[in-house]
Amino acid sequence: MSGRAGVEVSAAAYTLVCGLDRIPREGGVCALVDGAAVAVFRTYDDEVFALGNYDPFSRASVLARGIVGTRGEVPFVASPMHKQAFDLRTGQCLDDAAVRVPTYDVAVRDGAVLVGPARESPEEGT
Amino acid sequence: MSPHLRKTLVVVGHGMVGHRFVQAAIERGLTETHDVVVVGEEPRPAYDRVALTSFFEVGAEALSFLPDGEYDDPRVRLLLGTTVEELDPVQRTLRLSSGTEVAYDELVLATGAAPFVPPVPGHDLPGCFVYRTIEDLEAIRDAAAGARTGVVVGGGLLGLEAANALHGLGLETHVVEMAPRLMPVQVDDAGGATLARHVEALGLRLHTGVATRAVVGRDGRAASLDLGEETVEADVVVFSAGIRPRDALARAAGLDLAERGGVLVDEQCRTSDPHVWAIGECAAPAGRMYGLVAPGYAMAEVVVDALLGGPGSFTGADMSTKLKLMGVDVASFGDAFATTEGALELVLADAVAGVYKKLVVSEDGRRLLGGILVGDVSAYGVLRPMVSSGIELPANPEELILPAGRGGGEVALPDEAQVCSCNDVSKADIVAAAACDGTTRAGATCGSCKPLVKKVIEEYYAAQGRTVDRSLCEHFAMTRQELFDVVAVHGYTGFDEVVAAHGTGRGCDVCKPTVASVLASQLGQHVLDQGRATLQDTNDAYLANIQRNGTYSVVPRIAGGEITPEGLIVIGEVARDFGLYTKITGGQRIDLFGARMEQLPDIWRRLVDAGFESGHAYGKSLRTVKSCVGSTWCRYGVQDSVRMAIDLELRYRGLRSPHKLKGGVSGCARECAEARAKDFGIIATEKGWNLYVGGNGGATPAHARLLAGDLDDETLVRYLDRFLMYYIRTADRLQRTAPWIDSLEGGLDRVREVVVDDALGLGSELEAAMARHVAGYRDEWRDTLEDPDKLQRFVSFVNAPDVPDPHIGFRAERGQEVPAEPTGPVVLGTSIPVGAPR
Repeated sequence: MSGRAGVEVSAAAYTLVCGLDRIPREGGVCALVDGAAVAVFRTYDDEVFALGNYDPFSRASVLARGIVGTRGEVPFVASPMHKQAFDLRTGQCLDDAAVRVPTYDVAVRDGAVLVGPARESPEEGT
Repeated sequence: MSPHLRKTLVVVGHGMVGHRFVQAAIERGLTETHDVVVVGEEPRPAYDRVALTSFFEVGAEALSFLPDGEYDDPRVRLLLGTTVEELDPVQRTLRLSSGTEVAYDELVLATGAAPFVPPVPGHDLPGCFVYRTIEDLEAIRDAAAGARTGVVVGGGLLGLEAANALHGLGLETHVVEMAPRLMPVQVDDAGGATLARHVEALGLRLHTGVATRAVVGRDGRAASLDLGEETVEADVVVFSAGIRPRDALARAAGLDLAERGGVLVDEQCRTSDPHVWAIGECAAPAGRMYGLVAPGYAMAEVVVDALLGGPGSFTGADMSTKLKLMGVDVASFGDAFATTEGALELVLADAVAGVYKKLVVSEDGRRLLGGILVGDVSAYGVLRPMVSSGIELPANPEELILPAGRGGGEVALPDEAQVCSCNDVSKADIVAAAACDGTTRAGATCGSCKPLVKKVIEEYYAAQGRTVDRSLCEHFAMTRQELFDVVAVHGYTGFDEVVAAHGTGRGCDVCKPTVASVLASQLGQHVLDQGRATLQDTNDAYLANIQRNGTYSVVPRIAGGEITPEGLIVIGEVARDFGLYTKITGGQRIDLFGARMEQLPDIWRRLVDAGFESGHAYGKSLRTVKSCVGSTWCRYGVQDSVRMAIDLELRYRGLRSPHKLKGGVSGCARECAEARAKDFGIIATEKGWNLYVGGNGGATPAHARLLAGDLDDETLVRYLDRFLMYYIRTADRLQRTAPWIDSLEGGLDRVREVVVDDALGLGSELEAAMARHVAGYRDEWRDTLEDPDKLQRFVSFVNAPDVPDPHIGFRAERGQEVPAEPTGPVVLGTSIPVGAPR
């Protein structure tokens, strides 16, 4: 679940990964959440999203290092390897309907970024 | 023709037309039934004689049509340095200078033409030359080395080419023309006068309406030219007084000749003997000789067609001419001299601008018959097809030749209009090729029609609704050049300002790095400063090159490829201590692979402490300036290429540009640094440096072309400063220098006008911009190491900086570590990563 600063989050399964100010606007960081590499992004208007860091095209763990921007109204990250775009909200690849990366619940509380469990990923989820 | 028995086809002459014939014979399958023997008199295979003068710049190799010395088809045999002594059309045999006798079934004469040397006294003295072959040019160059003055006899097209060459060789150059004007065949008196003003402004001395009486010798060599009224000093004399068909072989064999010379042929280019054909300048279809390459090519195609049983015929050719002589554009087409009865002339003459334009129109004013253009030939592409297609003139035909902006005369080309006259490609052919992503030969010979070809293709796409969209991306409806100007004019320093004022949305992986590059070029600040890290492609963002498994490679600068043993040891130790794979790059440095992102600062620190700095292998910026060892060591070297390469690499290091930039410096003409494969290449001469621009390797290799010659150090650097800044300001995103130069109206000539002649008056501004870059340069690695804010990004996990990324694994290959086969996503603790993290 994407969350704005101040949204109430209840679960204990959330991992505190860093302060919000540690993530540059329109940038990402890679966090270790329950043993998995998760890319956490912050948009220009301070929304925070979390995707699996693994890029299924290049088969490398790199998505957090991609450029963040918009396609139309869709916030996305472009893989730093071969530039495929992924919707930050859903993990859906915008260049290939058959590919989607996992998404994670994420919240910001008191200036801290918390990443929750992987969301129920529809179909393949690679 | 019996399918069982192979026949022998002999081609006499391996010039441009002979070569084209063989090419067509191979392409159209004539070699399936015929063995082809080509007898060429020159010591080398066919080359581009149209571009002969550029031999002095580019050498024989670059002009060759067959650099490998043979055709791809093994059924074609090439005998070079060989002449035909005798032709026996009855026995169908040839006797060669080697003594061999060759029997033929079909014979094609492509012996070309020989320069006409007027039989004046002294015409054969040493120091007298003609201008036809590479050997002629080599001899002229050798003679010019010890000479002061040169005279060209003949002020036609080729004579002016020769005069330009003598001028370029440093001789005080005179041109003697018997007619009252230059280029008497192509232009009228007024056009000739305009041309003469241009040519004289370049320092050439003209003598028109004057006959040469004798070449006067001194000490057994040419010393001066007797012109009757006056005498002109002449250490070198070049005769360029027209050409004569080489028809001696046919004459001796008893074949019919034309009244004014040339082997008489019919519309299929067949001579009076049914098994002998003649093409090119030695042939005279309907008694007329054609001294241009395009009709020769057409004849070659006709004969191949005839030998295959086809109906092709040659019924005359467009003798239109368009060329650039010493920087002056000249074109002549159709009935240029208004010989058609009742023809009217429309003339525009601007002596100040050096422009002369004449249209010849039919009596009723409705059809264009021909014309002459001097100084500005931009209308040629539209006008010439109007003559051949007979398209009706607009109501105010003078608008066709008014200067751009004043006339509204945009006339659409009809489909049948011939766009490329060298290869006879019509507009319809080009459109058909564009429709199926095919190709034509348009523009492949002289190249003068390329702008028109581009226009035809763009118009076609526009008509298909496929507008040639030059927007950067969905966020910016402008080109990189426009973006560059917008940033400069408004003094923007960040992406947010630029996208808010001139774009939409929040940008993407196309416009963000572009804006970052433009800002870096203009501001010269660190690429990770002011939140710009998120604009950069990952390589710039991490100051290293990402590799397939998400690790990076590190390339320290080794300017000019010069490195001390201590430096090599440090690099070796760093690679060993961090377990990095090492490889020598094509740019004369060492690439260290397999660095995890979090290791980069430690690796840089070791390198920086030992005196190394970033090599910018990751940036769209200057990479390397490659050098050969030069005059310091090499027994052939004439200049210190290593010192120059180091100076240039250190001057332009860190310069952000539309694409990567590479340079090279060679210490002599042997060119061991492969400088002409670089964006800027410098080759030493006895007098200084030749500067070449627009080369690259890669998928579409390009040879750099000469921008300016014999420069001293200071001028070389000034031109390079201007060239690079001009490129940075005006090129498209990811456009290297070669396509950028091609994209400019006027191409390399335009670059020369801006960089060398400073035609835009931009020179000092471009130099100042470069001076700011040089003064502001800082090592990006060192700056990053000194800034904790920048350093904090270099961690594997933001919440577990000590845990290496388990996705990265290695295996050994030839004694070094290389990426292991990638796995799927790895979860620590629930699965075992392949390859233990280091």
